[in-house]
Amino acid sequence: MNKNIILYAAILIFGLAAPFIFPAFKVQLSILCVLIVLATTWNIQGGEMGYNTFGNILFYGLGMYLCASVQVGMFFPLAEWTESGGEKTFVHTPAQFFQGMAAGLVVAAVVPTIVAGLIGYAILGLRGHYFAICTLGLGVAAGEISGGIEIIGAGQGFTTPPFPNVGGLEARGEFFYFLSFGALVLTFIAVRAIYSTRFRLILNAIRDNEDKAEAMGIETMKYKIIGWMVSAFFCGLAGGIMGGLVGYIDSTDVAFDGREMGVFMVLMAILGGKGTLWGPVIGATVFHIFKEGFWTFFLGWQYVALGVLIVVIVIYFPEGIMGWLREKYPERFGEVVDEADRKAQVELK
Amino acid sequence: MDFMVFQYPMITVQACLDGILLGILFALIAYGMALQWGVMNIINIAQGDLVILGGYIAYFMYLYGIHPAWGVIVAPIIMYFVGVGLYKLVINKVVDRDLFISILATFGISILFMQLMNFAFGADVVLANSGYGTTFLFDSAVVLPNSKIFSAFISILFAICLVIYMKKSKLGRAIRATAQNARAAKILGVDTEKVYAATFGLNAALCGVAGALISITFTIHPYMGLPYTIRSFMIVIVAGLGNLPGVAMSGMGLGVFEEFADYILGTEFRIGSVFLLLVLILVYRRFKLSRKREYLK
Repeated sequence: MNKNIILYAAILIFGLAAPFIFPAFKVQLSILCVLIVLATTWNIQGGEMGYNTFGNILFYGLGMYLCASVQVGMFFPLAEWTESGGEKTFVHTPAQFFQGMAAGLVVAAVVPTIVAGLIGYAILGLRGHYFAICTLGLGVAAGEISGGIEIIGAGQGFTTPPFPNVGGLEARGEFFYFLSFGALVLTFIAVRAIYSTRFRLILNAIRDNEDKAEAMGIETMKYKIIGWMVSAFFCGLAGGIMGGLVGYIDSTDVAFDGREMGVFMVLMAILGGKGTLWGPVIGATVFHIFKEGFWTFFLGWQYVALGVLIVVIVIYFPEGIMGWLREKYPERFGEVVDEADRKAQVELK
Repeated sequence: MDFMVFQYPMITVQACLDGILLGILFALIAYGMALQWGVMNIINIAQGDLVILGGYIAYFMYLYGIHPAWGVIVAPIIMYFVGVGLYKLVINKVVDRDLFISILATFGISILFMQLMNFAFGADVVLANSGYGTTFLFDSAVVLPNSKIFSAFISILFAICLVIYMKKSKLGRAIRATAQNARAAKILGVDTEKVYAATFGLNAALCGVAGALISITFTIHPYMGLPYTIRSFMIVIVAGLGNLPGVAMSGMGLGVFEEFADYILGTEFRIGSVFLLLVLILVYRRFKLSRKREYLK
């Protein structure tokens, strides 16, 4: 326990100091925080609950659009803003920008949660691959439909309010870094708290055998929906922050980007190890470093690399980094290992 | 929103005919998906990208001065080998695994194909012009390009050939036996590994035919694959595995639905409506099945 507190304190101090130690990487670090949030929340479904969703991107994109819309709509007419060049006629004062951002983030987190609760009852009754494909369809449908709605910019995109001219050149990066780092800390604390309760056991029971869990008197549907709502809350929050960070929202390339972000969150969680607290965090970090290297040095080939990476990870490392560590050092994970049993297992393989 | 469709009955006829001819093509792709789903228990997200690849084969024949209709013969042959190669490289490692693994792995293949096609053929929307002319019906109120009629005819031809092949040939029997019970088939001397490879190859060949027809009738683009996957998945779950008339009917139904969605909601919502329909069908299915307390496995 003592060791854990030191570890958490070290990470917290590093996180708070990071933008000043690596000022050139502020944007990258902010994106990393968002990615960790997405991977951790995906893990609630994919890892703990056994419901492999491609649809969490729906909440992410929804949060992104909502946050920007609220931020603009609180002070200016939204339709005129999203017309071409509209963002140049209206200028947010610093106070308006921060008030709008705060209100936008609240809406961006709350509305997807409600949406998840509403559609959860219908969607979460599906099992296995039906659920996976259904959520895939949901994400793509949201992207296609939002690309046809005029008031949020339709196909030409939505420029989020530019950062007001306060606090010098570095202020924008620092503001968004601390916002996303805050979201990360909030997510981690919330997920850790959830995982230490009976809720995690229920989710694991659903993953292992849902019918039996139901037979034991667990209202599986209720817990599945709550789990999805927790994910939706943090996905929406992450989306809202990411929208401000990127500065431009496009329906299929930024917000409901099932080909990038939607796959990334699955991949990061699997790479790190499904069904563990630290797996998605490690997976997201490794993935982000790898991805940035690849995106920088092999520009143009990044999607080819992504496709190959997905296939390789899925086929050869389905257990991920944490799974590999667990197999190698089971004692560190608090598992009691019987030597004879272990030998027998090796022989069986 | 455009309600012309209710005021002018000829538009309704046009949409129905277009939809049916389009739906026959969808049914051909869906048949391939049903085949591999039934035999190998794999859902291939890259299905649509195989279709588009087949389309590019026909398009390239057109570029080099060969009539693109010959693509209907050439594309399946090339695609068969592409399919077998894909099986040997990736699919054989995911056959016995969890279904989600195969979905994710084929999703990776899909992204890979998409991007490779983008590099090789460029990001332009292209079509292979067949020069078949058009047919006018009802005082020119209904316009049908002959290429659509041609493609529907070829699809039906291929489907019939495949059904006969599956019934009569040795490989067809082996495939059906493996679909029923892979273990028993293995005991009785069927080389299931070969059967799987052949099934995946056949599926890719069917996609090749459909792709060649799509490049003649409609347009192709490297990123247009995923809607075809979703359509064929939808057709298969509505019809059920191994129900060929059902596949044909639901394919045509989907085609008609799409044409009407196109007229009523507007073209920009066409793909979105397809994906929404998938969600609605799955949800409807879940409520229908949960009433019987039978869950989807």
